[in-house]
Order: sequence, then C-alpha cells, then structure tokens
Amino acid sequence: MTIQFNEESFRDDYSFYNSERAIKRFPFPFHEDSYMYSVNMEQHRGGPKDSVYEKRFDVDEHYISEMRDRAIVLAEDPLRCQSLPHMTLAGWDLLELIMVSKSEDYPDLFELHRDGNTWRWINKPLGIDDTFTFLDDATLPYGPMEYITRQAQGDFAVLDQRDDNLWMDAGMVTTQADWSLDFDIGMNFFEWHAPVPLAHEKGIFVRALKFLLNIQQGAPARRLNWTMTVNPLLDTSPENYHKWGIQKTTLTPENIGAKQHLRVELQTFFRLPRSNALVFPIRCYLCSFQDLMTVPKWGRRLHRVVRDLPVELATYKGFINNRPMMLDYLKNFDDGLPTSPGIWPDLETEPPLQK
Amino acid sequence: MSGAEKIAVTVTDIVPVNELVTRFEFKRSDGGLLPTFSGGAHTVVEMRDGDITRLNPYSLMSDPMDQTAYTISVRRDDQGRGGSLFMHTKIAIGDEMVISYPVNLFSLDLRAKKHLFLAGGIGITPFLAQIKQLERFNGHWELHYACRTQSLGSYVDELTSQHPNETHIYYDDQKQVIDLVRLLDGQPLGTHVYVCGPKGMIEWVRQTAAAEGWPREAIHYEEFLAPQPGKPFEVKLAVSNKVISVGEHESLLEAIERAGVDAPYLCRGGACGQCETNVIDYSGTFIHRDHWLDDAEHASGQKIMPCVSRFEGKTLVLDR
Amino acid sequence: MTKFTFPQSIKSRPIYGTLEARDGSAHLLVADAHGAEAILDVATPEMMAKAHIIYIPKGEHFEDKLRALKPALFYSGPSYSAAEPRLRKALADARMGLQVYLTGTEGLMGQAMNAAMAAGIPHTAIQTEHRGSVARRMQCVHCKGITEDVETDPFVCSHCGLNLFVRDHYSRRLAAYQGVRVDAEDPGNVPEPKGIYE
Repeated sequence: MTIQFNEESFRDDYSFYNSERAIKRFPFPFHEDSYMYSVNMEQHRGGPKDSVYEKRFDVDEHYISEMRDRAIVLAEDPLRCQSLPHMTLAGWDLLELIMVSKSEDYPDLFELHRDGNTWRWINKPLGIDDTFTFLDDATLPYGPMEYITRQAQGDFAVLDQRDDNLWMDAGMVTTQADWSLDFDIGMNFFEWHAPVPLAHEKGIFVRALKFLLNIQQGAPARRLNWTMTVNPLLDTSPENYHKWGIQKTTLTPENIGAKQHLRVELQTFFRLPRSNALVFPIRCYLCSFQDLMTVPKWGRRLHRVVRDLPVELATYKGFINNRPMMLDYLKNFDDGLPTSPGIWPDLETEPPLQK
Repeated sequence: MSGAEKIAVTVTDIVPVNELVTRFEFKRSDGGLLPTFSGGAHTVVEMRDGDITRLNPYSLMSDPMDQTAYTISVRRDDQGRGGSLFMHTKIAIGDEMVISYPVNLFSLDLRAKKHLFLAGGIGITPFLAQIKQLERFNGHWELHYACRTQSLGSYVDELTSQHPNETHIYYDDQKQVIDLVRLLDGQPLGTHVYVCGPKGMIEWVRQTAAAEGWPREAIHYEEFLAPQPGKPFEVKLAVSNKVISVGEHESLLEAIERAGVDAPYLCRGGACGQCETNVIDYSGTFIHRDHWLDDAEHASGQKIMPCVSRFEGKTLVLDR
Repeated sequence: MTKFTFPQSIKSRPIYGTLEARDGSAHLLVADAHGAEAILDVATPEMMAKAHIIYIPKGEHFEDKLRALKPALFYSGPSYSAAEPRLRKALADARMGLQVYLTGTEGLMGQAMNAAMAAGIPHTAIQTEHRGSVARRMQCVHCKGITEDVETDPFVCSHCGLNLFVRDHYSRRLAAYQGVRVDAEDPGNVPEPKGIYE
C-alpha cells in the first residue's frame, strides 16, 4: 500500500483536506445515537482492513504535513515537549516501540536495522536516515522521546506508574484538545483530568485508572474521545487560546459545513517494557461537517448526539455558543430513520438521506 | 483469556544453586527473542502435572536487557502444594513450558536518589534483575541480604565479588542481624527502601521505616503468597451456574479455571487484586490470606481473593 | 481572617489540613505571616529540640513568640526568595525521616513544597495548613509569567497585560493556579473584577 501524502496546512490558509478514502476511514466516535462518558476500552490488536485500528500506529495521508506543523509549534514553544529526568528510559522504550511497529507495519515507508545497540533508522517520507546507539542519548539530535515523536502523528503522554497511580511525567503535546503539558506535567491521573465535568462523579476515572494500571506488556488497549474544532487547527492549545479562541466566532450558516470539524482522538495505551511506564498516544483526526454528511448514518447520528448532549459537556468541549447553528445545519441530514449500531459507515446497508 | 500474554518456551538449563534452590533458564521455543522487562518483574509459570495445572509466579532474575533467555530461581517447599517440588523433580532440560509475559508489581521508583534493597532468603531474586538494571544506568544502590547459613546463601558469592562495596551479607546462624534503625536513619533524603523476603521481615521493615518517619511512598515490598492446602470445599458459581469442588491441594482460582470458567488474574499470589470476586451468599468461615483486601473487607463476607484464600462451611455462592 | 474554609473544588486543587506533630529524625517548619500561629499551635518541646523554623513575617509580629519556642535553628527573612537558598541547603543536608511542615499563604506553601519534592520527599508526606491571605499565585498560560498575590477574578497578567480569569486547576510543579484570557472569544468584553471567593 502506498500512501499519497497531502500537501496541506493546519494554520493560516487551512488547506487541510480529507480524501474520499480518509473520510471513509475516519474514526467516527459515536456507536449509538447519544453520548455519555464511559470507560469504552477495548484491546488494540488490529481491526478491519485499512481502518485506523489496523496498525499499531496509524500513518495516513496527513503524515508529512502534520510533522511539519509539529516542527512549527515546537520552534515557537519548545515547552510543548518535556520529559522529567527519570523518564529518559521510558523515552527509549517509546522510541523502540514506534520504530519496531512502523518498520514492521509499513515496510515500504520505514526501515529499522539493528546490530546489537547500533541501530539504523530510515524514514522515507521525511527523508531521514540516522544511525545511533540505542540507550545512548548523546547519539541522537534530541532526547529519544522527542526524536521519535517528531516523526509520529498524534500527541504522546508518557506516564510513570507508581503508588497505584499514573503520573504525567513526560510528553510531546502539540495537537491537543485545549490542555497544557507544561502546566499538567507531574500531575497524577485524577489531577490532570480535574477540569473534566461529570466524569469524576460517575466514577469514570476510578474505573479507568484501575484498567490502565493493569495494562500489560504485549496487550495494548484503545478508546475514542472527541470534541469540536472550528477550522482544521491541530494546535488548539491553552497557550495559544488567546489567538485561536476568536475563530469560534467566525462560523456562519454558509461556512459551517466547511469550517466546523469533528475532532476525534484515537487514544491507545501500551505498557513500556524497561521502564514499566505506560505510553498514551493521543492521535487526532479532523473531519469537516460537510465531509461527514456524505455518510448518511453519520449525518443522522451526529445531529442526535449534538442535540441531546448535556449542557455541561457542550460547555466543556467549547461549543455551547455554536450549538444552535450546528443543529440548524445538522438537522437537514437527519430524516428520523433508525441507525445501525456501531461506529462504521455501513454505506452498503444504510439507506441514503430521505429528504 | 485471563492473565498476561503467554510465551511458549523451552527449558535450556537447570542449575542446582544449593540444597534448596534450583535455577531454571528458558528460551523461546520458536527461536525468537523474549520481551525485555523492568527489574522486579515476575513471570507466571504453567506447570502441567498430570490432571493438575498449577500457575506459580516467579521473579525474573536475569538481566532485563537480555532478550535471549529468562532465568528464575525456585526454592523447594516440601510442605507446599507441590509446585516447587514439581519444578525440582519433574522438569528436565529440553522440556516445553508456557510462561507469561513479564508483569511488574515491584518496580523501581526511578526518581529515587538512592535505592536501598533489603532481601531475605529467596527474596533476593527480584533484586538481582534490579541491580543489573541500575548498573546499566549508573544507579545508586545498596543491598542488605540476610540468609540462614553460608551454604544457603543463594548468589552471595556472585554479589560480593561483583559489587563488594554495595553488598552486605548477614548470616542468621552466625547471629548477624541488620541494624535496621541505624541503617534507615543514615539514608539521604530521596532514598527508597525495597524489601522482599519472609512475611515477618517485610512487616519489620515496613513498621520500622514508618516509625522512623519514612513516607509510605518510599517503602516498597513484594511478597507472593503460595496458595496453601486446606480442607476441600464446595462452591456455587452463580453466573455460570455450576457447582464445583475445591480439592485439598488446589486453590479456589484453580478449581474455577478447571471448571472452564474464565476468571481474571495476574499474580496468583494475593497481591495484584485482579481476581477479586464478589460473594453472593455464604454460611461458614472465610480463610482470607491475601494482601489486597483490607480488614473491613475481609470481615464483610462480601469479597474473596480466590488465588490464595479458602473457605470452610456449608454454602459459598460466588459472582462468577 | 487567618483561617478560611475553601469551597469544594476540582481534584487538582490542593487541600490543606491541620498540622500535627509526627515522629521523625528532624523537623523543618516553613511559614509566612499568620502561618506562625499554626506553628505555635503544633510545636512541642520535643519537636523544637530537633526543629528548624524558616519564617517570612510579611509585616506580622510573631517573631518573638516563635523564638520563644526555642527551636534548634531559627531564621527570619524578608521574602521567600531570600529564604530559598537556606531552605534548599537544609533539604540537601537532610536525612530520611525529616518531617516537613508548611503553613501560611498558598504561594509560600506551594513554593516550599516544590523545593521539598525536588529533594525527594513525596508531596503527600508534606504537611500543610493554610493561614492568612487567600490570595493566589497565578501563572499566565499564554506568556508563562507568574503573578503573585492575586485577589480578584479576572486580573491583569503582570507580564503580558492580558486579562485572565482564575481557574482552580493547580500545578504543584509551578506552585501556581492557571490564568486564561477571559475575553479571547469577545475581545474587550472583560467582566468587572471581584474577589476570587465572592
């Protein structure tokens, strides 16, 4: 499989786009016509062919452009990538996990040649061919976590496990849904989730933590999470909120289909072998409302989910002010027909829009 | 499927260490590399002994970076249910076995400015892997190791010759005792203490360190309990609608598995909490032996850890 | 007002307790302003024999009373920043078993906790008791500058000048709460500032 990489931007002129293939494989996050928090974890061991679940680390048409956007963010604000001193070993674990996975899953794009501790890493899309000594920081241009996550889509939170809790002690965070690594680094699982409404009261985090603490080597897990973003902006950081927040006020009934994006995070969890840390990759997928509406099932369902979402969640996810305009748009794609269970588009079996 | 992922291995070496302890080496049967692990991790070894399958946890003692082989040390327990005896008497070089992926319930706190290890007897094994890990990354550590006698001091020679400055040995029969209060009192801020050994030693270290003002988070311990034999008893599994009998030399967890009912587990030694099971109804007495549930939960009659705990009485109905 | 009951909040917001004397090889007590009252409440002769008190009066007059407790070491300094080298030296020289007591304003406790954590003490083992001012130490999430002693919400960042609202999200590492631009989606529409707990 050869991927045609897009030439696109996630800022300024926002030339980002999804191909037809990318729309069909978009990880639509709603398995039913309503949404509430749950510990929706499942094993991360492949999935339907060409879905975002198929490989351990999905590489898609946005790869090169996303890595370019990450480099821009880091040049402006190097604090987006930090690792507390005791997390260096976990960084090497992560480098190994990504290099091994990508070279095995995408042999036409990535190659890893190991001779003892002398490793040669070839990343064809980004034009990288580096030889270094595994576990020797001095042989890489960046720390191990930063080196490899400058070449991997999505954010990465690296969590230390101790005292029956997980601690956000390292990370690469440039495509985040409005949270700051620089502020949250060093916090435990409950603390960095503190601003999330309703879920603490429902015991969601207690159960999720219990699950995550018991994730073992060789048995990764995954879940989907979502929010809304106006314009295909990857870097919705608190740091830059004073610059991008205003964009939320630029929606009009005419441009909402193109401008309003559903933002989905494919969150995966892997136990890291040498450090016993847990890595939490948070991969962001964006899809405009008008592209989503090409799938009749998703059109019906998104209208119902957005309409029925509790006020607290719409506020937390930052679209409470725009919800009425969203519903005016989305209702045109909801003909009231039932939808099939599950997240998949079901294009062959779901009827086209009846109005 | 319950428990960690499985690996098919071949026994490639068996070395008697002393009159009680034997070391076993495993390599992957398919010739591939084993996963790396973190010091302090254990593997669960499946022992197929006729009709009985036992799953016992053993600390990995080999170099965590060495992916060619794992080694464990097994201390023979003549009073136990036969797992260690099976390993000592029935296993030969070339045998095929199944072990689990490494699971770590006793990992190093990598923030520690110094790691203080206290070992008793066979409790030395997790420290052997942790020492190799720390040596690789220039970690600061010190070991205090109590053995019954010189001849039963597993790996003492290796430790004292390779790490003469860090290793301190104490022989019980020579009345040598760790001066714990003094040892703890002199440690620099940021030291973490780790203890692995008999129950009494673990309690002694935890209580002394707490009394000396050590924070709870700086005290780490691991004790795997072996399930103990006991009177046979009957159990009703409500969800799967089965009545099973637990034999004298079998744990409740093993009996549940033998009946074909899937039950979660990781350590099988009363420590990890995975197999916690709700009690629906009972008439009789629980014999709780785990470290997971607290005293109130033990007294409540609502929960049991089937890996190590038993029951004596008329009726026991479990939510499985 | 030296004692204040903080409203219930989110899980990253620190919860302060009441100092209690604990067993330990040595005792380090750090306080500012009305925190002196909490030290006077918890001190025992046994504790003071092994105690080091670091006190920042901020215009309050408790120094004589604290000295009268006869701590093994006593220091009074003009600011946290002036006291910090001494605090770090005390921590660097300390052994396991040291008990740390922090009391006074949130900003003082947060910064001293940071120093104690860096020395290797888990934050849960460090005792805290709030006394005195309820002003907050705020970090501007945009420019990263710290504004000390913030009493109103919203407030103006003393570094970049943005109008920030006061969140309860708290970082132990920064010893600060998070401030976020209040008028990002409606520039110029800044609510009238009021007390944080009004």
